Amino acid sequence: MITATVEQKHYLNAEYGLKSWLLTTDHKRIGLLYLGTITFFFLLGGIFATLIRLELLTPPGDLTNSETYNKFFTLHGVIMVFFFLIPSIPATLGNFLIPMMVGARDLAFPKLNLLSWYLLLAGGLLSMWAMFAGGVDTGWTFYTPYSTTYSNTYVIATALGAFIAGFSSILTGLNFIVTIHRMRAPGLTWFRLPLFVWSHYAAALIMVLGTPVLAVTLVLVALERAFRIGIFDPALGGDPVLFQHLFWFYSHPAVYIMVLPGMGVISELVSTFSRRRVFGYGFVAFSSVAIAVYGFLVWGHHMFVSSQSVYASLVFSFLSFFVAIPSAIKVFNWTATLYKGSISYETPMLYAFGFIGLFTMGGLTGLFVATLGVDVHVHDTYFVVAHFHYIMVGGTLMAYLGGLHFWWPKMTGRMYPEGWAKLSALVIFLGFNLTFFPQFLLGYLGMPRRYHAYPDEFQVLHVLSTAGASVLAVGYLIPLVYLVWSLRYGKRATANPFGATGLEWKTSSPPPTYNFDVTPAVTHEAYDYRALAEEETEGVRVG
Amino acid sequence: MDTHALESPALRHHFDTAEQQKDASTLGMWIFLVTEIMFFGGLFAGYTVYRQLYPNVFAAASNELDILLGGVNTAVLIFSSFTMVLAVWSAQTGSRKGLMVNLVLTMLLGLVFLVIKGFEWHHKWVMHEIPGASFHWEGPNPGQAQLFFSLYFAMTGLHALHMVVGIGILSLLLYMAWRGRFSRDYYTPVDTAGLYWHFVDIIWIFLFPLLYLIGRHHHG
Repeated sequence: MITATVEQKHYLNAEYGLKSWLLTTDHKRIGLLYLGTITFFFLLGGIFATLIRLELLTPPGDLTNSETYNKFFTLHGVIMVFFFLIPSIPATLGNFLIPMMVGARDLAFPKLNLLSWYLLLAGGLLSMWAMFAGGVDTGWTFYTPYSTTYSNTYVIATALGAFIAGFSSILTGLNFIVTIHRMRAPGLTWFRLPLFVWSHYAAALIMVLGTPVLAVTLVLVALERAFRIGIFDPALGGDPVLFQHLFWFYSHPAVYIMVLPGMGVISELVSTFSRRRVFGYGFVAFSSVAIAVYGFLVWGHHMFVSSQSVYASLVFSFLSFFVAIPSAIKVFNWTATLYKGSISYETPMLYAFGFIGLFTMGGLTGLFVATLGVDVHVHDTYFVVAHFHYIMVGGTLMAYLGGLHFWWPKMTGRMYPEGWAKLSALVIFLGFNLTFFPQFLLGYLGMPRRYHAYPDEFQVLHVLSTAGASVLAVGYLIPLVYLVWSLRYGKRATANPFGATGLEWKTSSPPPTYNFDVTPAVTHEAYDYRALAEEETEGVRVG
Repeated sequence: MDTHALESPALRHHFDTAEQQKDASTLGMWIFLVTEIMFFGGLFAGYTVYRQLYPNVFAAASNELDILLGGVNTAVLIFSSFTMVLAVWSAQTGSRKGLMVNLVLTMLLGLVFLVIKGFEWHHKWVMHEIPGASFHWEGPNPGQAQLFFSLYFAMTGLHALHMVVGIGILSLLLYMAWRGRFSRDYYTPVDTAGLYWHFVDIIWIFLFPLLYLIGRHHHG
């Protein structure tokens, strides 16, 4: 009886009580704090998405008036971008896994890591306060001069919320870069790192280099709005387009903050479930860095119709096509990894397949909007909305859910129920496509974004989209239920339930507080399944 | 006991060696400074755009700034960087007294800078050159002149905020030095705070010519 209740000590049961969570500096616990926080914001943003889709079910604006509708899509965008997508994979999975993948006991700056979480929370609460006080209607893009001069809503509070959350992102990026540079285990060279780490390194570069520019831009918006300093006000000699340049200098690379970590997840999943080393490891690694670098050179493609010089637009258009190359390298290499692999179809792999397909569609339609002439036609239509949802929801969110299932046993020590998980992955894939594919058609036919009423002939496609959103909502709620259920009733997980190669699988599930009993030494390349098999047979022989 | 516990008591649990810890802190500070460059970079970009659009008004507005006070402040800051270096050197050589004296000197010089800056700002207030409802400009294109002063206040204000934070950090270091927390083997906080202090100085080295000097030859 006594021996049966003796449980191994790990990071979850090392300490109990609220204080042990709110003051923790353990990267794994902070990862879980983030997980809870962004799940909350995801549901909140989802409520606004639901309201948008409900309004668009019928052609006239009958659910709300246009002012309220403006607030719906603004809050949906602000919450989803700044408080869910930007922190999603890096702050939860990245936080939890990067120290383990590099064989360290924690991130380089554990207290700073906790501070980042509090900053995200503070920014989120401030924006939520603005939401309840009366909302904001500028769109998540805060375009001037509307945001600085004309809007009567809580622009400053919301922008300040995003500003504070930005510092959370900066500190997370800084922590990742230093950790990856300075904390790698003996023998773990750069080219032995899992690709998850490479893609987070690239994303961290963008967080560190881009976010401060957004921060100062939001400060200027607040100053302009509060004191009319004239910087974005044409009446005083200022230039509203300068705002767009500064805003997109961050906000375009921010797309890569969202999608690069997702690509890292997919590399791990594709390799693990086809039991092959990622094809062209070096190319995949460097394509992450290339995306981060090129990402800073394409912001002007958001401004083709905003009086930007035609020559600038030509260059931005050309460079935007250029970004497609490293993205395509990844897709081709994942596909090549599958070739002659022993593929198995566990839930994470289903999400990986979903990602590859949907990301490819999102990327290819990105080429449409990067083309100057086509963009003039589809700019500010649902085509653009569909395009970036294919990247952010079809890409990032699929990768996030795939990664969450893959590392769930490691994080919680419990297995998720495979049948339900497969079902929900399928529901999400179908629901996603039903929601967003009609939006490509709508946009191409001329349905503008951010309108709450529309002509009758668009209704069929809008009804399809709303029906898809309902399916998608069910798809998201199923994992919410069974993942919580699994915490108590899930099957206990072994150290390495999927037979994966990363260092994080070499320690128990859930891991001990300092991750490893002995600092691991790395003697082989990443994704070396033969070495893993040898280690296991050796383990059997010795043990 | 493992060897970890035998290292310096300042060694945090997640680092293997004191050297690794110092390396990490230094790299972290450098990356933080890069983010600061990008932060100020947005303002420098705005300044560049508007100066290029409105060179004449910017030159005239620039002449309103007090070059003597700005020049003195530049000298004060450069001297404070010198005392900061001496503080780091004292820490490296294990001189607790030297460290404390030089930290105090650096903080005093920082305060002198802020006081002078305060007088300059106050003068702008008296002259109705603060952007906003009370802004008044005799010359042509008052809106463009106000843009100059908006950028002037945003940039010097943000810089002064960084000075205040810097003085706060130095007073923390002073307390730690007084408690005898630093030694020849462990002085990383002094080192990284020094990096920060020099960075704030360098921002000023760019602000001073851009705001005070660059329009001088248009005078008259």
